[in-house]
Amino acid sequence: MAEHEVELTVDGEAASVAVEPRTLLVHAIRDQLGVTAPKIGCETGKCGACTVTLDGTLVKSCMLLAVQAEGGTVRTAAGMADGDELHPIQQAFRATHGLQCGYCTPGMLLAAERLLADQPNPSRAEIRSALKGNICRCTGYQHIVDAIERAAADAGGAP
Amino acid sequence: MSSAAALERRDVDNEHVGRRVERREDDAYLRASATYTDDIRHDGTVQLAFVRSSHAHATVDEIDVGPALAIDGVVAAYTWADIADSPSPGVLPIRTGSLERNVPGHPVLAIDRVRYHGQPVAAVVATGPYIAADAVDAVSVTYTPKTPVLDPVTAPDEDAPNVHDGVPDNVIARTGRGDPTATDRAFDCADHVTSITLENNRLIPNALEPRVAQARYDTVRDRFTVELASQSVHGHRRKLAETLGVPSRKLRVIAPSVGGGFGHKGHHHPGEAMAAWAARDLGRPVKWTATRRENYLEGAHGRDHHTEAAIALAADGRIRGLRVDTIANVGAYGLGGSAAMSGWYGSLLSSEYAIPAIHCATRGVFTNTCPIHSYRGAGRPEAIYVTERLVDAAAHELGFDPVTIRRHNLIPSDAFPYETAIGTTYDSGNYEPALDRALDGIEYDRLREAGRNRADGRLRGVGVACYTESTGGGHESAVVRLEPDGHVDVAVGTHSHGQGHETTYAQLVADVMERPLANVSVNEGDTTATPTGTGTFGSRSAVVGGNAVVSCAETVLDDARSLAADILGVDAVTLSYREGHFAADDESISLADLAARSYAWNAPDGVEPGFRTATSYAPDGTAYTFGTHAVEVAIEPDTGALDIVRYVAVDDCGRRINPTLVEGQVHGGVAQGLGQARSERTVYDESGRLATDRMLAYALPRSIDVPRIETEHTVTPAPGNELGVKGIGEAGTIAAPPALVNAVVDALADRGVRHVDMPVTDECIHQTIQSSD
Ligand code: FES
Ligand code: FES
Repeated sequence: MAEHEVELTVDGEAASVAVEPRTLLVHAIRDQLGVTAPKIGCETGKCGACTVTLDGTLVKSCMLLAVQAEGGTVRTAAGMADGDELHPIQQAFRATHGLQCGYCTPGMLLAAERLLADQPNPSRAEIRSALKGNICRCTGYQHIVDAIERAAADAGGAP
Repeated sequence: MSSAAALERRDVDNEHVGRRVERREDDAYLRASATYTDDIRHDGTVQLAFVRSSHAHATVDEIDVGPALAIDGVVAAYTWADIADSPSPGVLPIRTGSLERNVPGHPVLAIDRVRYHGQPVAAVVATGPYIAADAVDAVSVTYTPKTPVLDPVTAPDEDAPNVHDGVPDNVIARTGRGDPTATDRAFDCADHVTSITLENNRLIPNALEPRVAQARYDTVRDRFTVELASQSVHGHRRKLAETLGVPSRKLRVIAPSVGGGFGHKGHHHPGEAMAAWAARDLGRPVKWTATRRENYLEGAHGRDHHTEAAIALAADGRIRGLRVDTIANVGAYGLGGSAAMSGWYGSLLSSEYAIPAIHCATRGVFTNTCPIHSYRGAGRPEAIYVTERLVDAAAHELGFDPVTIRRHNLIPSDAFPYETAIGTTYDSGNYEPALDRALDGIEYDRLREAGRNRADGRLRGVGVACYTESTGGGHESAVVRLEPDGHVDVAVGTHSHGQGHETTYAQLVADVMERPLANVSVNEGDTTATPTGTGTFGSRSAVVGGNAVVSCAETVLDDARSLAADILGVDAVTLSYREGHFAADDESISLADLAARSYAWNAPDGVEPGFRTATSYAPDGTAYTFGTHAVEVAIEPDTGALDIVRYVAVDDCGRRINPTLVEGQVHGGVAQGLGQARSERTVYDESGRLATDRMLAYALPRSIDVPRIETEHTVTPAPGNELGVKGIGEAGTIAAPPALVNAVVDALADRGVRHVDMPVTDECIHQTIQSSD
């Protein structure tokens, strides 16, 4: 099958990958660029494990072809921490036990970041609603909701 | 000093047990730098994929792999003929112990016949996953369909076709537990008998990480290294060795980070065996990654019990007897001990009650469906569901409050150890305080007073379920040693797949040795790290693994003490130990110093380098967790829309090593239990094809579906292990289904509803209301 060169910036690193037209964005990121932060849980847009942002928009990277992302800027959960310092949302997840096996976590973190950017003071119902495209099989969601609530409170308390 | 005493101390700074210690494993997960099996890259890896049966039951007449091999990038294609030509048996081992007939296990590729939709028929290997998918599509298979056996209840009928030729009635295991004569007598003398017919719905486990394996074969050393998503590397090594026909010692099995398991990563699947087999055949690394759909097709699945049960009572509500007859669907093949699993499911049927006579008959039956294996609870939720539904139904019939009848029959706290009529011995229990706490939490009396019909037009119901849970079976191995700088290195035969063992084991060892948490490392998930091991399932790791590491850590400290005494020239018993230092009078020596000396060339005779200690720990009997969950629901009568207003979980898992992690286990378990009760439905169509073959068709609980879970606890330490701990992993999946169904039936009781089968969807409630009007 003919291959296409796709230019992508992933977590600040510019790269070029040769992909088939059918290659999913998540496979290009994981298998070809070696950035394994987005996970694959369903390949059908249902679980949210593969969530990344593409040019600032939250997307499920199993639902896009790599060629559709040509020239795009991708951010994964691996790009959230500032060196040794975890992102405040990551810190809140750790403080509230917002993860068990960690497989949903990269998607959850990005969904949480998006929510808090849009709505810095969400209610618990709004948090649950924002996460409805991200399945977690371990936590029952409660500690994840706690984490996001806490991250919002921490951010609100900052100058 | 014994562990209990060491850990009882509350006055030292480095005290961790019982505290809400943050998880040390989280940093890597949060940075998304933790490595799961699919994240590993080995040069030259080729991808294996399966051609799967499109029929539930058929003979395989012809397989043409030629067109697949013609595709550029396809490396190999295999059918059963290739396995048969190899030295490997190629059949997953089945434990035949209590089975009626000796039937073969699941072949890695179909042998002339397919027995369920999705069964692997052929395997292809290609340079990448996309080409492998093309190759799968290119293989053509000719089948002659046979009539499938789909309904487990009619599977034993004479006119039903046979799934396996040697099993004419499709029954693979028939078990009777308890005393049938005493039970008959109890029913004869009873004032009242309540019967129920219920189904425990078939579930698809759905750990978020699909099954995956990577295998390499070292031709020079004739050794396999297999990385896979596993709950038990040692278990997988033994089973893989059997399927491949090689001694275990030729296999190293590694489970890196594992994205959830819930039982279904505890057993052995064709994918990992085929990957290892192909790695040897091709002499290059082979990777197999199941898609979610493959995970659905080939599971294994869980539950699928069909039960007729009756409870006999005296007029005052005292339970006299319990009689249960269950058909347990085994699916198309036994996997490991799965076919025999139905035999012990009855062991918790007494729940929290003193029931003088119980009899449970089970039949495990083959059907042309995906094999059934353990899923979070594995028999426990099925048993408790039967009893807790029956008790509610009996209460409604006799006009008792369901709580009154429960309280009336609780095993009293002074009766432990208590042998139930089904033959299990509960080690400990104090049921009434947990029941009371749950009732207080849900405000039971207030809800009862307010009644079912409220001003907002919604029907209110409250459901209560008590439960017991058997935890901590088998033995577990651990190795503890000091590194030359005094750092404590712990290796355990369990494997965390989200439970947080790195933190909880470290908490235990840090306290025993009075070292900072940072000075303790925990290793799991590699068969070279521990000589043997059992694994993580059945709520066993804290109980068995936790006590194993503590026992080792104590011995390490004792051995270090002996060396310290030698060096200081004093009697060991006169030495005090505090935070890494042994002291006598004004002399002292540090653990780090002792560790370094233990490695020295002139170390005294009998001193193990690092005081390395290995143990295999088995608790003295099973630890029985228990508790009560209570749930309040509100139902919109016109639509059937159900709202879980509140959910209160009171659990007693003995001493809690890390309360936050315990609560996390309860939350996750309840969410899964509510998934079973409310939304998860597995559907095979009339031809036996799995209709719910993807996440879009199978309703897993989402963030908006799971209510806030209010957790409380009581503490009744387990007498059979030094730490007094009990497992907590499965409490939620056991208690939530009966609590929720009891609440729904309670809400609809005025309309004459006595029972609803799971999943109790809004649509199901709507239909129930319609047909009751
Ligand atoms: S893998 Fe993309 S949504 Fe599940
Ligand atoms: S932590 Fe395991 S899926 Fe969310």
